[in-house]
Amino acid sequence: MATSSEVLFGVSEKILARNRRRRRLKDQIAARTISLGGISVIGAVSLIFFYLLYEVMPLFVPASIEQRAVLNQFSLSGALHVEVEEQSRVGLAIDGQRGPLFFDARTGAALAEPAPLTFAAPITAFAKDAPSTRAFALGFADGSVQLFKHDYHVALEGKDKIVTPRLKAASDEPIPVLPGKAIRQLAFRESDDGIKLIVLDDDGRLYLKEFEKVTSFLSDEVELSELDTRELPTPSGNVNQILLSLDQRWLFLVEDQHKIETYDMRKPAAKMRLSLLDAVAQDVNITRVEFLLGGFSLLVGDDQGHISQWFMARDEKGNDYLAQVRTLTLEPGVAITTIQAEHRRKGFIAGDAQGNIGIYNTTAEREVMTESIGSAPVEWIAMTPRADMVAFKLRDAVPVSYSVHNEHPEVSLSSLWKEVWYERYQEPDYVWQSSSANNDNEPKFSLMPLTFGTLKAAFYAMLVAVPLAICGAIFAAYFMAPGLRTYVKPTIELMEALPTVILGFLAGLWLAPLMEANLAGVTAILVLTPTLILLTAIGWSRLPLNIRLLVPTGWVPVLLVPVVVFSGAVSMSLSEPLELWLFNGDMRHWLTHDMGIDFDQRNSMVVGLAMGFAVIPTIFSIAEDAIFAVPKSLTQGSLALGATPWQTLVRVVLPTASPGIFSALMMGLGRAVGETMIVLMATGNTPIMDMNIFEGLRTLSANIAVEMPEAEVGSSHFRILFLSGLVLFIFTFIVNTTAESVRQRLRAKYGSL
Amino acid sequence: MNNSLRVWFRKGDPWVWLNAGALSISIVMVLGILFLVAARGLSHFWPHAVVEGIYTQEDGSQINIIGEVTDEEWVPVSRLRESGVQIDTDEPVVKRILVKTGNRDVTGLDFRWLIAERLQQRSTPDDIIVIERREWGNFYGRLLSVKEAGQVVAQGAEAKAAFEESLRRALDLHADIRYIERGAIGSVNYEMERLRLREKSLEREGQLDANMQREIAEERAGLDAEYQALYQELRQLHEQVARDTIIAVAMNGVEKEIKLADVVQFHFPNELSLLQKIAFYVHQFWLFLSSDPREANTEGGVFPAIFGTVLMVLLMSIIVTPFGVIAALYLREYAKQNATTRVIRIAVNNLAGVPSIVYGVFGLGFFVYFLGGNIDDLFYPEAAPAPVFGTPGLLWASITLAILTLPVVIVATEEGLARIPKSVREGSLALGATKFETIWKVVLPMSSPAMMTGLILAIARAAGEVAPLMLVGVVKLAPTLPLDGNFPFLHLERKFMHLGFHIYDVGFQSPNVEAARPLVYATSFLLVAVIVVLNLTAITIRNRLREKYRALEN
Repeated sequence: MATSSEVLFGVSEKILARNRRRRRLKDQIAARTISLGGISVIGAVSLIFFYLLYEVMPLFVPASIEQRAVLNQFSLSGALHVEVEEQSRVGLAIDGQRGPLFFDARTGAALAEPAPLTFAAPITAFAKDAPSTRAFALGFADGSVQLFKHDYHVALEGKDKIVTPRLKAASDEPIPVLPGKAIRQLAFRESDDGIKLIVLDDDGRLYLKEFEKVTSFLSDEVELSELDTRELPTPSGNVNQILLSLDQRWLFLVEDQHKIETYDMRKPAAKMRLSLLDAVAQDVNITRVEFLLGGFSLLVGDDQGHISQWFMARDEKGNDYLAQVRTLTLEPGVAITTIQAEHRRKGFIAGDAQGNIGIYNTTAEREVMTESIGSAPVEWIAMTPRADMVAFKLRDAVPVSYSVHNEHPEVSLSSLWKEVWYERYQEPDYVWQSSSANNDNEPKFSLMPLTFGTLKAAFYAMLVAVPLAICGAIFAAYFMAPGLRTYVKPTIELMEALPTVILGFLAGLWLAPLMEANLAGVTAILVLTPTLILLTAIGWSRLPLNIRLLVPTGWVPVLLVPVVVFSGAVSMSLSEPLELWLFNGDMRHWLTHDMGIDFDQRNSMVVGLAMGFAVIPTIFSIAEDAIFAVPKSLTQGSLALGATPWQTLVRVVLPTASPGIFSALMMGLGRAVGETMIVLMATGNTPIMDMNIFEGLRTLSANIAVEMPEAEVGSSHFRILFLSGLVLFIFTFIVNTTAESVRQRLRAKYGSL
Repeated sequence: MNNSLRVWFRKGDPWVWLNAGALSISIVMVLGILFLVAARGLSHFWPHAVVEGIYTQEDGSQINIIGEVTDEEWVPVSRLRESGVQIDTDEPVVKRILVKTGNRDVTGLDFRWLIAERLQQRSTPDDIIVIERREWGNFYGRLLSVKEAGQVVAQGAEAKAAFEESLRRALDLHADIRYIERGAIGSVNYEMERLRLREKSLEREGQLDANMQREIAEERAGLDAEYQALYQELRQLHEQVARDTIIAVAMNGVEKEIKLADVVQFHFPNELSLLQKIAFYVHQFWLFLSSDPREANTEGGVFPAIFGTVLMVLLMSIIVTPFGVIAALYLREYAKQNATTRVIRIAVNNLAGVPSIVYGVFGLGFFVYFLGGNIDDLFYPEAAPAPVFGTPGLLWASITLAILTLPVVIVATEEGLARIPKSVREGSLALGATKFETIWKVVLPMSSPAMMTGLILAIARAAGEVAPLMLVGVVKLAPTLPLDGNFPFLHLERKFMHLGFHIYDVGFQSPNVEAARPLVYATSFLLVAVIVVLNLTAITIRNRLREKYRALEN
């Protein structure tokens, strides 16, 4: 018997059922796939935020240390200085009695090669040059000094590295500097021209010994020629430490554990003494003073747990003075026993009398990490040049080595957003200077100038865009003839689609020179255009009615187009006569010379105009929508009560549409803040903080575009650029979300009306 | 009178007029910019008259000037005096003209600002020739003779015809040379590189036995032989093309021998008729579209940039369309309409407002360094340390722009879906179609114009975007196109050129901005034209769509 389906469709129920099952399956699969796809697309989009965050996070993670080895075969007890080479294999200890000795940095065992040196007289003083030179000097009881350099040869053997240390003395025998007198304190610096030694004898008198480098004519070899020993002014107190700055200009003497005396080595001996100041509070004693990387800043540790940074600055009168820049504290009340500066960054590690150690960065004014590794005083700290491994020796204990994970110490909230007193600056300042010639200059990562530039550019852009866009939107939505509106709206929206690279190019290569040459004309446009429009309006209202009726209010913009073009043309042709009449023929010259206003060709005014142009359509289109969507019943009611169209607009339409206009402004601001190409091309990209409209700026976005391709992957600079990307992302997201939710609420309100 | 003015003010009419003025200003600005770009961009290809005249220099000496007047301006005399120009006039301003004199190899500079009134006896002689060269820019002067293998074969009036003939031969040879250099030798080099990588990867896997080594060595020898043959052929062609030269005299009387191998084309601008000028114009425009850039991008065409832009945009469209549509379908048809979808919708909307450079940063970090780096480690260990996908390239640029334009597609598609009347859907469901069938057969076809609109807007945005591309794959000069005859034909890892970046690079990074400026305008015009057309299409489709649904709803 035929089933009903066979009768109806000519197919058996079985086939139909299978067909239905297949269709249902297909439907379910589609539903799953689309849901999954949709969710994953939306997920992928939020990935942007999380990925940016993931790249930025390491900047703010504190450092950590992790125990690596106990150097239980280490046998020296009175080391003056200890350091470990790059590969963390070999260490060098300068022993108070036996001089330089190399040891295995994994076990502490002394190395047989090179053989320990023997000296004729006991060692009485030690000094080291900048860490990168790997040079140090020993002073002896017989008044002689010997200079050394250590270096390391790395050979690959299979996958292992074999490090062979070498020690080279500058002379076979110690150089007699103060014959017959023991050297108590010593400082030395080597430069391309020569070597400077400062020595202190038993009687507390200070001498300068210089050697000049002479290149031999025959062999190109550098030879040292000895100059006379000169006596320097006698220090005011009992000298604990002598430190000579890397540029060999400033000599710092730590006296009576309390004071720092400064000599200016460029002046003749009689005028050398510059200042003597108390570096610590009363009843506090200086325990240790070291140079920070670069040999310019002093790190002064005291017995209350403070380490303060000092360097030479210049006051308003042009006098040099030793400035206390910042103070960091390890453990209040516990004496600092040792300070070790990093070799490649402006950071240091300090240890105190109760076994606490702290890792710091001076630029960021940041305590990167502190940890207690025992309870006895820290005797010395040894570090590799990369600062990825440190060894600590506590009193009556064997040294222990640690791995250090400290990737981005130079970044902190204060170094990004607050004024920082950089070395060689006269006062704290906001500076963005991401790359420097060498490690000795600290990178300056203040986001303030960039943020300022971003806001400045956005401000001028909004100044141009807001009046034009809002007024235009009011007219287009409220007064304009519908026939005209269908053409005008797409035209303005077309502005939005214009590639910003073209706007930037026109701004930089066409507008900027044009404005520089016709500064007076551009100023004239600002005054002339509104005046001419008003005059036209008055003139129009005086015309007979039948002429006026020819052009209804809705078509007025067409009438005004020639007026605007005319006003532009007149202003431009007036530019020359105006400049001749008011500014001696050259307004730019007048601005810089007579007014003292700096003028860049690619300045904020150019950016404001070009970016304003780019922002107009965004604001226009949203504001126009908001005004146009105001229910007609409201306006008609108002008009019926006798209000003029303008009164209706101001009292009824605008208040109703104001949230929409606000959201339009927010959207415009969001676009202005993130715009890249226009500012990149229309400004000089100088990161300065100055509200002057005739000067350039650098924005966060342009900064990314300029520096990202050159930033080393994973470096602090790279991550800070990601951070500025994240800042832009969050800022625009907040601004846009606010705008969007205001708009949605407005839509609901209109719906209810 | 006064009273009526007050009334007029109180009624608010002036404000209405000012509002209208704001709108007029905006419109004048848009149209003005479009006009500026079009005028400057298009006039570049017109054969301008070349002027000859006697110029009196600072020191009173006189020199002969031949060149095109490209710009003029009025400058205050005071500014000129300040910059050290001696000028004897009572006028407050003087007219300066910018003359393109070319002949960079003869005189050192190809543009010079001249004070207009000092250029006397101006004329436009018919016998002035403009020779476009592959190096040193244009040559302006007079043709003296044509040489073949060092022997003068034509002089005076015959020289022009002879030059034309020799040039045709030289251009044919040049095309052959280019074909071998770019095509054949390029392929051989590409094969060589692949062989090297294969050898390295076999070595890594420990499968490089004697057999394989022999095989590779044989292949390499074969390629070497091929290369040598091509090289010989190339040398012969070079010798042949070097046969002919011409002698021309520059404005300062220096006779210059110009190799035909260096000549692109020549014309006598002052004797061209209007029709010839139009033909020349069209030809120049075609050359601009179809040839490679020369002289650090400041001369020649923009073909690789057009090619790169189009290819990148195509790839982007292929990626963005399915994802955008699926996400829109999910949001509109499948997800429950509640607070979550509202939040998602706001978020998607906002992503359109996130600065494009942020996408660039994300693309560089996530796609290039993270994904690309891992792909290299997994699939191309033999290429290390040279990155394959771990460096900016076409693929990453396309994906980055796809993410950037995703919100545009989602929003447009969703709008299209929302506009389809409920009755249509219900009708389909009532006839027994499943939900998917309804979407696939009824809803999607109906909303396809909306999707098109979204896609067109996305393409327009992607074509004009430069900032993120600077980070993820665009270069100023790419040696090879990302699409060629070597397997696998489409090279997603290669870097490419882009019109927008070309504008930035030539306008701001080039050593000779003055010479490059017209070309930048021309490139800008091209880009603006493409984008305006795309946008107008999208707007038209959208408007038509609205009308259609309005009809459906009633």
